[in-house]
Parts: sequence; structure tokens; C-alpha cells
Amino acid sequence: MGLLSSLYTGSGYWNPLAWVLAMAVAAAVVYLIWRRGESSYKKGTMQTTPFISGNAEQGKGLDHIPASNLYWGYTEGIKGYYDRIVPLHTGITTDYLLWIFWVTGILLIVVMVI
Amino acid sequence: MIADVIVSNLPAFLVAVPLLAAFLCPLVGRISPNIRAAWVFAAMALTAAIAYCLAYLVYTGGTVIYVFGATAADLSIPLDSGGIPIRIMFTVDPMSALMEIIAVTVGLGVIIYSLSSDERRSGLENYYTIFLLLISAVLGMVSTGDIFNFFVFLEISSLATAGLVAYRVEKGLAVEAGLKYLMVSTIAGIFFLFAIGILYGQYNALNMAIIAERIQWTPLDKIALVLIVASLAAKCGSVPMHFWTPDAYMMAPAAVTAMLVVASQASLYGLFRFVFTVYGVSLNYVTMGWVVIILGILSMVVGVTMAIPQKDIKRLMAYHAVSQTGYMLLGVGVGLAVLGDQFLLNSYGYTAMEGGIFHIMNHALYKGLLFLTAGAIIYRIGTGDLNRMGGLGHKMKFTMVFFIIGALAIAGIPPFNGFASKFLIYESVYQFNPILAVIAMVVSILTLASFVKVFHAVFMGPPREEHAQVREVPLPMLGAMAFLAILVIVSGLFPGIFVTNLIEPAVHALTDQAGYMTIVLGGG
Repeated sequence: MGLLSSLYTGSGYWNPLAWVLAMAVAAAVVYLIWRRGESSYKKGTMQTTPFISGNAEQGKGLDHIPASNLYWGYTEGIKGYYDRIVPLHTGITTDYLLWIFWVTGILLIVVMVI
Repeated sequence: MIADVIVSNLPAFLVAVPLLAAFLCPLVGRISPNIRAAWVFAAMALTAAIAYCLAYLVYTGGTVIYVFGATAADLSIPLDSGGIPIRIMFTVDPMSALMEIIAVTVGLGVIIYSLSSDERRSGLENYYTIFLLLISAVLGMVSTGDIFNFFVFLEISSLATAGLVAYRVEKGLAVEAGLKYLMVSTIAGIFFLFAIGILYGQYNALNMAIIAERIQWTPLDKIALVLIVASLAAKCGSVPMHFWTPDAYMMAPAAVTAMLVVASQASLYGLFRFVFTVYGVSLNYVTMGWVVIILGILSMVVGVTMAIPQKDIKRLMAYHAVSQTGYMLLGVGVGLAVLGDQFLLNSYGYTAMEGGIFHIMNHALYKGLLFLTAGAIIYRIGTGDLNRMGGLGHKMKFTMVFFIIGALAIAGIPPFNGFASKFLIYESVYQFNPILAVIAMVVSILTLASFVKVFHAVFMGPPREEHAQVREVPLPMLGAMAFLAILVIVSGLFPGIFVTNLIEPAVHALTDQAGYMTIVLGGG
């Protein structure tokens, strides 16, 4: 019974096995829907070729978007934040140590005053 | 008879076995590399067995006190010592036992992985010597009940870590990263030593329990606490003292990086141990609670936002390690902030702390796994540059599956273990302050986004021509990743078992300052 016990938080609970069961049911429903799909599908025919407005498909090696190009919109959207936070990571050891001294000083003031 | 001697000396063996194995490693290595590998594995397996046995004793029979130089625990207080336990003692309560379990479990997986991934490197006798020293230091840190002894193990851990980070001396950046880590650790160590001096000067004791009994919350105590918190927060990579983390994690071999996570968590354990057990309710727990919470929130937000634009897979993961440390600080910080209010502690404080402590365990498992998958990728293609990766899912299917498990766990996706601990944190922290819970959830979403990027960059897309020769990593490396992946899944599917049997006793041991003092000063 212990294996099936839920994780209680005081305001709710979580039972992963119930979640897994729900996912299994959902997967079964998905499978049944998929079974009702087109049965004459043939790999390697026109059916599997992407339609790009009538243009020929590019070579597959060119299709992979490298990591640097991902989330460009996200980083551009909060550029102001990154413009401030990235330069703090100078890579200079004395800066690293200075931050420890700063934090210690601030903590000292907070703990002494409050 | 022999069994009794072994059982009664388990805490000493816990540190002695890896220590002895470390110093004999260069000697054994002269016989043959295979014997050295067997030696290292046997030492780690034996250490793990000792830790599990000790943890079993602690969880079933209560805190284990081990006094060095005395034949029994009650001899820690000699008649002429004025009631002060003058000898060095290990105080292994459920919190210490939990940390030991985490350290040896990850350590075992990492050693299996490392024996294969690093076999082509030179200087392995030094490498494994330092590796076992690090294991020994971490186990000592989480077991000791003496503040100076803690400092000694902290220093061993720092030196060992710096050596391991700089191990690949052919890469100049590795030496630079090791030096940076050493500089930060030295300053943190000096701070910590000052704090010890302050406490010893006032209370004439180094034992945690005796200091806890006598502590007055004088201005000097406040200074000591600030020095301890700053030094250990820097050592565990909390923002804004995290700058060494990406440098060191990125340049260390992957197996070492996975172990660095555990070493950082030992510092986090030290922070919690000092705040709860040594200072306890004598300190201004609301202020200190908020200090820990703010450090946690900063770590979560800065860690994850700095991770997203990274182009190196291990550097990206290092920033996520910083971010995940924030969750632990947040959960335990909330517990600290309500430490003196039993009603709030029962309402959500204990749950928040359980979430934070459970996250330490989960993080060690899934982050260890993720670093090992990163190491597997670098092992095969020779670079950590995400821009030069792609299509590896065709060639490294098992590594991809292990990466998916680790990535989903760190992003807090059910039913993996990261979700279980984050769920405890979300629900309890929401009752303390909803804004903090919302920040924690947003950070999880950003974590998922970041790992989607890594998954896409590394595994998706058509196979690249330059990776034509790439194949799956050797079996021991896969085995080590599978070992951690299985633990991630099991602790995610059955979190109730782990929380009830391991985490709850650990949290109550941490918060029960009076109980700790009674056990130690009563001589076990």
C-alpha cells in the first residue's frame, strides 16, 4: 500500500501512479484515433514529401537550426535585462571575490540592523 | 565480534575507507591500470555499503554518535572537561545520513562512468586519488559534529575540487577555472575560519551541540553567522556568488562535474546545519529566513536566465545547477522564516523544508545524470559547443533517452522526481507568499524552454556529415547513466516512500535543535 501512497502537501496531494494511469488512458485514446486514420499511407512516396508552396525541398543538412538561433525573440525581448546581467559575468577572479565581500557587507548590515 | 566492531565504527570507516584508498591509489596504479580501476571501484562500493549500513542504523535506531579517541559515545565528556565534549565526534542524524546516501549513490554512478570515460587520459593515479579524497571530504563534512572538523573537511573538499577542475591541464581554461575556484574557496574558507574563532573565543567550545546550548545571539554571534552564511553560500554557488560555478563545471571532466554538484550540496548542508542546529531559534529567524529566500530567488532567476543564451552544453547546465540550488534555498528558507511559529511550521514550514531537502536529493540524481549525458556527447564528438551539434539522436539513442529523463526531471515535468519536490515547494511556498511560488513556477517553465533548446540542438535534425563516425558510448557509461535514470524515475513514481522514510526524519532532525543537543550532550 505504501507504494501507492500519495504525496501530501497540506493543501493538496499528488499521486504519480494515478497520473501515469491517466496518461496510459490518454495514449490508448490517441492510438484508437490513429487507427481510424488513412490506411493507404506509404513511406517514401509523394504522401511523405512536404509541400513548400510548390518549391523543391532543401537538402536535409541545411534544415537544422543551430542553438544560437533559438530563442532569439526571447533574448531580444528582454535585451535590457541581458545588457545588465551578462556584463556582470566578467570572468575576472577579483570581481568574483568582490561580490563575496559585497554580499557579506550587506548581510552584516541586515543582520545587525534588523 | 568482528561484526560488532565494524558496526560500532561505521562512522570512522565511512571517511577512513575512501581516504586510505585514495592514498594507496598511486601505489596500486603502478601494478596495472585494470587493478587500479578495480581498486577504485571496490573502494567506492565499500564506502557506499558503509554509508547505507550507517544510514540504516540511523533511520531505524536514531542518531549515531561516534567519538574519536574514546571507546564509547558517553566518553565524549571526560570527568575533568567541565561538561564539554572535548573530543572530535561525528554526529550522524537522519539529515547527515540522507546526505551520505546522496553522496555515495551519485559517487558510485560517477565512478563507474569515469572508469570508462576517462580511461584514455594520463595521470589517472592522481585523478582517482583526488576523486576519492573529495568523496571522503564530502562524507566528513556531512557527518561531523565539530565546527573545526567541518572546516578541515571543507578545505580538503576545496583543494580536491580545484585539483579535479584543473585536471585537464592541456586545456589552459581548465587550470584557470581551477584557480578561480581555489581563490573563491580560500576566501570562503578564511571567512569560515574567522567565524570559528569568534564562536570558540566566546563559548570555549568547537562542538556544535555545546555551542548551540550556550549561544546568546550577541553581536559577535551575528558576525560569525554572516561569515558562515556568506562563505557556504559562495561555496554552494548561490547568486551573486555563483560566478565560479559555470567556469568550474564547464571545464571539469563530466564525471567530476556530477560530483561537484554533490560537493556543492555538502556546503548547502553546512549552511542549513549551522543555521538550524547551531543557531536555531536564538537567531532572528524571520530576517535570516528572508535572507536565504532572497538568495534562493536570485539564484533561481539569474541562473535560468543566464542558462538560456549559453552555447556550451556544460556551461548551460552549470547555470541550471545554480538555478536549482535556488529551489533548495527557497524551500528551506521558508521553513527558517517560520521556525519560531509552531503553527505556521506545521501548516507549511515543514512541507517547504521537505520540498527543499527532497530537491537536494533529486537534483543530485537528475543533474548528475544530465552532466553524464553531456559528458557522453562530448566524449563522442569532442566538443561542448551546441552550435556544432545536431542529429545525434540517430546515433546515440540511449544517451538521448537518458537526457530526456534528466531534462524532464529538472524542468519539473511529472512523473519524474523533480516535479515531486517542486510540487511540495510550490504548494507550501504559495501559503507563505504567493509571489515566490509564481516565480518558482516561471523558472520551471524557463528551465523546460532551455532544455528544449538543448534537445533540439543536440539530438534533433538530420545526421551531420562530420558526425558520421559517431556511435553510442561504451557500456559502463551507459550503465552509470541508466543507474541514475532509474533512480530519477523510481523517486518520481514513488515520492511518498522517499519523503516519508528519508526526507521527513531528516527535516525533523534538522529543526529539532533541543533533540540534537540532548543526544550529543547526553553522550548518545
